[in-house]
Amino acid sequence: MVTIVAEGLSVRLGRHAAVRNVGVTMVPGTLVGVIGPNGAGKSTLIRALLGLVKPEAGQVLIDGRDVARLDRQSVAKSVAYLPQGQTLHWPLGVERLVALGRLPHLGPLSRLSADDEAVIEAAMARADVLHLKGRVATELSGGERARVLLARALAVGARALIADEPLAALDPGHQIDVMDLLRTEARGGALVVTVLHDLSMAARYCDRLLLMEDGALVADGTPMDVLTPDILARVYGVTARIERDGDVPLILPMGRVR
Amino acid sequence: MSAGRYHPLLIPGLALIVVGAAFASIFLGAVTISPTRIWAVLTGGGDMIARTIILDLRLPRMLLGLLVGAMLGVAGAALQGYLRNPLAEPSVLGASNSAALGAVCALYFGLSELHPLALPLLAILGGAIAILTLFLLSGSAESPLTLILAGIAVSTLAGAGISLALNLSPNPFAAMEIMSWLLGSLENRSYDHVWIALPCVIVGAALLLADGRTLDALTLGEEGAQALGVNLSAARLRMMLGVAIGVGGAVAVSGSIGFIGLIVPHLVRPLTDRSPSAVLLPSLLGGAALLTLADIGVRLIPSTNELKLGVVTALLGVPVFLVHLMRERRLW
Repeated sequence: MVTIVAEGLSVRLGRHAAVRNVGVTMVPGTLVGVIGPNGAGKSTLIRALLGLVKPEAGQVLIDGRDVARLDRQSVAKSVAYLPQGQTLHWPLGVERLVALGRLPHLGPLSRLSADDEAVIEAAMARADVLHLKGRVATELSGGERARVLLARALAVGARALIADEPLAALDPGHQIDVMDLLRTEARGGALVVTVLHDLSMAARYCDRLLLMEDGALVADGTPMDVLTPDILARVYGVTARIERDGDVPLILPMGRVR
Repeated sequence: MSAGRYHPLLIPGLALIVVGAAFASIFLGAVTISPTRIWAVLTGGGDMIARTIILDLRLPRMLLGLLVGAMLGVAGAALQGYLRNPLAEPSVLGASNSAALGAVCALYFGLSELHPLALPLLAILGGAIAILTLFLLSGSAESPLTLILAGIAVSTLAGAGISLALNLSPNPFAAMEIMSWLLGSLENRSYDHVWIALPCVIVGAALLLADGRTLDALTLGEEGAQALGVNLSAARLRMMLGVAIGVGGAVAVSGSIGFIGLIVPHLVRPLTDRSPSAVLLPSLLGGAALLTLADIGVRLIPSTNELKLGVVTALLGVPVFLVHLMRERRLW
């Protein structure tokens, strides 16, 4: 089980204060959505959670240990990370790409074991990319590539998963597949933190939403608490219709607040 | 998984070519010696002339061809993976040009006349200074682009130094000597050169071969690799040291030999699963084979002056490379 805590976390990128004094405790078994307008500091916040950017103030604790003092490999074993965008820097085969997820578990010169192979296979099956096995990852469509990269993150087999906009470039069917998958992970006891832009998806799937604005955490709670017309107007500058379809909330942004 | 990384015949095939090229390099040369006399020498007997030619001339030359080629090949493969750029080659970090500048200084100031080892040692010093400068220029930045820019700057500076030496050379003969060294050759090399190159190449190649997994992880970008547990600054240090020591040592004994490091990884890549790590070992073997074969060509092509190795590798290598690119172009 992995618990991630941020205490008074501030991150400065150059002169820009990207994250300002964020305090949050995220516990296992929850699906946490990070939402907010463009440039609100969502990606910087989750990169700081992984120790990929140095905080200016405050600290991040993974299971009570300061992430800045942990070596990269132990962070990699406990938290898997799916970066934003699907940039691949080299034409790698799909299977090799997914196999990269086993890297944190391998010794310096050891090879993939049969167990590793099984984990890779299972991750590919769960992300629905087994049929892409023989392809080169750079030649896939955006949506296929996004799912292959998700399989790569699942192959780490970590107890926490941090995903930055996993739904970008996916069609509605695969968006639902990916959210179902993330929820299954969370129900299985993992901590899943994901940056989302689709508010309806966030409302329907997440147990808890963190709303960021201008680097600060401005709302934290259940989707129904966070996604109120007031807050949407203030943070996003939009008017929205909020409807309920059974217990599933629907958020339809309608227009700009003038 | 590991079984699928190479074409099943790739490594055995390359190993066979390397061994074949090594033997051919012993058997073929400007002077024809009958195979029976050569065999006598190799088994410990033979006449004086044959012994001198085989053991003191052809054997060190063959060993150097293998060493230098192997180093250039593996350095090209590692740098293409690390910089994620199919254009990268060993000279991209400025180590080759700076090593060449060190050698040119030895020629220019006449130090190479005083002692035969002055030239290779100054070349290695040149390569080391380049990498030190690179550290200062690129600082702790983790982006490969910073490293490429700093490398180009160092390389250009060293190139200007070489031009300056040519510009100021006291007489045409000195300029000729510098030029002909710059074109690259394995002519008249002794075991001293082998003992200089051997440790450099072993250390350099080992540093580069060990980092295959880091190269694969970099496919996901710097942060993706770090999130997989890769310590990027340590990996970068190993990469720079490997290239500086290995390529510095190779250039010190052979002069600048271009294109091997660029083309060999591209030639072997289609027979691997294309991941950066899978290209390393085949490039090492392929480089060794290609340079040794080119060196045999240099000796056999009839000409008044012996052709320079750097010229032949470029003349033969580039057409092969272009044909290969036309067939493979869809991937880039």
